[in-house]
Amino acid sequence: MSNDNEKPLAARTAPGNRLRMTPGNRWHKALSSPAWLNLLYVPALLLFAVFILYPFIRGIRYSFTNWDGYSQTFKWIGMQNYQRMFTDPDVARVIKNTFIYGLGSAALQNVIGLGYALFLNMNLRLKALTRTIVYLPAIISPLIMGYIWYFFFQYNGGAINDIVLLFSDEPTNLLGNPRANVWVITLVNTYQFCGVAMVILLAGLQVIPKEYHEAATIDGAGTLARFRHVTWPLLAPAFTVSVVLNVIGGLKLFDVIAALTNSGPGYSSASLSTLMYLLYFGRQDAGYAATIGNLMFVIISVVSFAILFFLKRREESLT
Amino acid sequence: MNKRPWWREALALLICVLHVLPFYVLMTTSFKAPSDLSSKWVMPGYLYLDNFANAWREAELANSFLNNVIVTAGAGLLLVAVGSIASYPLARYRTRLNRAVYGIFVSAMIVPPLSILVPLYRVMVDIGAMNRLWGIILLHVTFALPITIFLYTGFIRSIPMELEEAALIDGAGRFKLFYLILMPLLKPITATVIIVTCVNIWNDYQFSVFFLQRKEVHTITIALSGFFSQYNNYIGWVAAGSFLGAIPITAVYLLLQRYFIQGLSSGAVKG
Repeated sequence: MSNDNEKPLAARTAPGNRLRMTPGNRWHKALSSPAWLNLLYVPALLLFAVFILYPFIRGIRYSFTNWDGYSQTFKWIGMQNYQRMFTDPDVARVIKNTFIYGLGSAALQNVIGLGYALFLNMNLRLKALTRTIVYLPAIISPLIMGYIWYFFFQYNGGAINDIVLLFSDEPTNLLGNPRANVWVITLVNTYQFCGVAMVILLAGLQVIPKEYHEAATIDGAGTLARFRHVTWPLLAPAFTVSVVLNVIGGLKLFDVIAALTNSGPGYSSASLSTLMYLLYFGRQDAGYAATIGNLMFVIISVVSFAILFFLKRREESLT
Repeated sequence: MNKRPWWREALALLICVLHVLPFYVLMTTSFKAPSDLSSKWVMPGYLYLDNFANAWREAELANSFLNNVIVTAGAGLLLVAVGSIASYPLARYRTRLNRAVYGIFVSAMIVPPLSILVPLYRVMVDIGAMNRLWGIILLHVTFALPITIFLYTGFIRSIPMELEEAALIDGAGRFKLFYLILMPLLKPITATVIIVTCVNIWNDYQFSVFFLQRKEVHTITIALSGFFSQYNNYIGWVAAGSFLGAIPITAVYLLLQRYFIQGLSSGAVKG
């Protein structure tokens, strides 16, 4: 009889050798094997393949054609769409707008959100009510929010012009002014979603142990010093989440623009998403629209990942 | 008696008033008769509901509300079913393959769905999903899967393995284990998932405007945007339509706001 110990280690510990397999046992084994369990994410992967991956690849193909969006035929035109894109002054303008929407609203939302969060973290009777009201716009459709603000910015009889006309004879046309409209939309987006930053940062503030503040106070730290050395570094993880969420949301902005200016006048307030929409459905310029889509994909992914990476590094350096 | 300084309460009140202003103007505008040319800041001193009746009829809001409910409920259910089971192996068996799959799912959170609009439109036409509620449901599910899988996977990882091991030793199959042991434990995160994703699905405009073009399948936002461009001069109608469109989700939020705020904050602090 050979000693079991003489067998190579692998054979002794191989899964099959550990249990004597009865048919029922084998069935159970198969069911509990991790490889079989991987089937559970197949439906999700299938959806991904059909609605994200496959269209994505097809979109790259379309960007090299002059497809009009409905014909069965199209011509391959090589890099022409890309050449056109990089020399198109409208596109340059729209990229700039997209960055203002993304970075501008994220900055404003987080500054305001942080202020509100610090304020609401105090002992306050109206705390719950304030939180409810500030967060309320975030759950309403951005399209409807755009219409609500339209009643303010309307040229004829808008709520803002009612006030302006008390002081001057000239009504303002903020939405029609190509230099102002992008910022007006950014402000509307900020109003709508600063509650998100507030809620996230407030949650971050509430997990900071009170002892830290007490210890700092005993060491003679004033309010400002406590904020700089206790609150700010410990708020870093919540800050990361809040900034990244807001940047992504702002870079993808679509509904509010559609509601307030429909990208106009001209393309002066368009974002990459609304520009693509107009090129595709307004001008049947599908090949070029697909090219803009690819640009949008690259810009948003790169910017979002870069900001995430930067903020994660910052979190580490602060702790 | 009261140690809290009064200026804080005053400041809180000021913030509330500022943030409520848009809703105030929405109200004055939607309750005002077309013949009343007073400022939008002035509340009408009479009760006038024709704007609401007209908006409800002209924008065919009844039908759009129904479609919204079908799309949101369908997508929410499917999302929870597909997302929760997909997260289980990803959370429990962190092989190299599964880590890669998880990475693919989660990094898709950053990808802007609209960037693939042109080819996606083509795909929807090809599979006969244009102007079909099931088509938009599948789209919503797909684009909400990344956040769903992210939330479920993180949550399942935080559940101790011992529970499942004990159940396995007692002879429970994986299926039983998932539905009898794990599913009940997943209730709180399921609530978060539903709130986070369904608000966006309910409010969606950017997909629905492309894929639900026929009137029978219009959702609220699509109905309103059509209504807005058609009746731009009847600002009272548009205001009443927007008002009606915002009511259902506002009501749900006010009733369940604790969950809304908890959901967002728990996801943020852990994530």
